[in-house]
Amino acid sequence: MSERDGNWRTAVIARIAALTPRMRSYFLHAPLAGHVAGQYLDVRLTAPDGYQARRSYSIASRPGAAELELAIALQDDGEVSAWFHEVAQPGDTIDVRGPLGGHFIWEPPHAAPVLLVAGGSGIVPLVSIARAWQAAPAAPMLLLHSARTPEALAFQPELAGIAAADPRFTYVAVSTRAGTGRRIDAAMLDKALGHWGHLPALCYLCGPTAFVEAVAQLLVARGVAHRAIRTERFG
Amino acid sequence: MSTRGFTGRRPGADAARRLPPGQQQTQDFPVLSLGPAPAINLDAWRFTLRHGSRPLASWNWFEFNALPRTRWHGDIHCVTTWSKFGTDWEGVTLDDLLAAAGVQAPTSFLLAQSYDDYDTNVPLADLAGGRALIATHFGGEPLTPEHGGPARLLVPHLYFWKSAKWIKGLKFTERDEAGFWELRGYHMRGDPWREQRYSDDD
Ligand SMILES: Cc1cc2nc3c(=O)[nH]c(=O)nc-3n(C[C@H](O)[C@H](O)[C@H](O)COP(=O)(O)OP(=O)(O)OC[C@H]3O[C@@H](n4cnc5c(N)ncnc54)[C@H](O)[C@@H]3O)c2cc1C
Repeated sequence: MSERDGNWRTAVIARIAALTPRMRSYFLHAPLAGHVAGQYLDVRLTAPDGYQARRSYSIASRPGAAELELAIALQDDGEVSAWFHEVAQPGDTIDVRGPLGGHFIWEPPHAAPVLLVAGGSGIVPLVSIARAWQAAPAAPMLLLHSARTPEALAFQPELAGIAAADPRFTYVAVSTRAGTGRRIDAAMLDKALGHWGHLPALCYLCGPTAFVEAVAQLLVARGVAHRAIRTERFG
Repeated sequence: MSTRGFTGRRPGADAARRLPPGQQQTQDFPVLSLGPAPAINLDAWRFTLRHGSRPLASWNWFEFNALPRTRWHGDIHCVTTWSKFGTDWEGVTLDDLLAAAGVQAPTSFLLAQSYDDYDTNVPLADLAGGRALIATHFGGEPLTPEHGGPARLLVPHLYFWKSAKWIKGLKFTERDEAGFWELRGYHMRGDPWREQRYSDDD
């Protein structure tokens, strides 16, 4: 690699926790500047011969939290996610840089209603936003999470807890292949927004490209302005 | 220092040669944009060249498609670390736009402006000389909305955020003015081979 080394810093994996059968949280100790909810880190792994692989991972932790939490989904044959799931142990070090991303971010205080929509592991940056909101609750927030199975709804207990503790936070979780068998379609969005009773002033959509694009178009069709919709796509 | 237990999945020799530092090859065509694709009606579409706020020339969709067309084949690189090899594009070069407008480039810097209010700065040197297109076709087909259709900028030798989707015009500016992502921490030029991702990269 080059002589200069960007702003890469060494992070230590302090602990690892299972979130779902295919998703785990990695809590890092890293000498990085504080983040804003919604931002991500670049992670870099280096092989003994110097070969490197790099990926981006959203930050799940609340801004100001002592440990940085990444939540990584295992991709079949994934070069980097498989290392995290199959090799990584507490005490291992990885290279990180960031926090990065200056658009898909949410900062309190925010007076107007906010809609968050996640597909699968797209929940991660929205968890950071929900946690930031919980620390300074203000305007109503509605979080919709769609995953393949009920077990894959990462962070469900915590998010349900935030909603139970504060009526201004609404949490709706759906799974597409089991249980309720619902996906986020026009009818489901209408129902959720109808119950909520607000028109979102700002929307954050995160997940697979097709999911994000479909939900964005549903919102545009419901009259939400393009510029009120912020998107982050995981691939 | 290496990462314990990481061996990595190496690209083949050809891919390794074609991949800028920190990039990996993808077979898909991932999408990076700040929001949803805007709905653009071809009857209302226009492409305008400006010097500051002053229009130099403007084309409607029909006129634009009558301009000389150029094809480009090669690899593209997104700052989110994917690279896609062997892509085919077709569109109009800035050189042909200037010739059709009958003007010389008035300054050395431009801002590409889009229908979704996105903008990004690109120096003239990176757009002129056939190095960039206002692309209307990808892989022989009209560009789809999610990939920036009906027309997007294509600056294939820079990271792909410079290739503004849903383009509506190019504006000559007196100085190198930061655009949307450049104001949010991304590099002013964005050369993948020099790994100019973020503003503090060299
Ligand atoms: C801003 C941003 C934030 C993100 N945040 C998160 C997050 O919070 N959590 C998260 O889990 N992910 C997140 N991602 C996605 C993440 O960066 C990685 O893309 C993801 O972890 C997959 O990387 P990988 O190395 O494991 O898989 P890769 O090796 O990149 O492979 C991805 C998929 O493609 C297949 N594949 C790859 N190469 C080949 C090949 N040669 N032949 C056949 N199949 C192949 C693999 O089987 C796998 O299913 C984020 C992405 C971005 C851009």
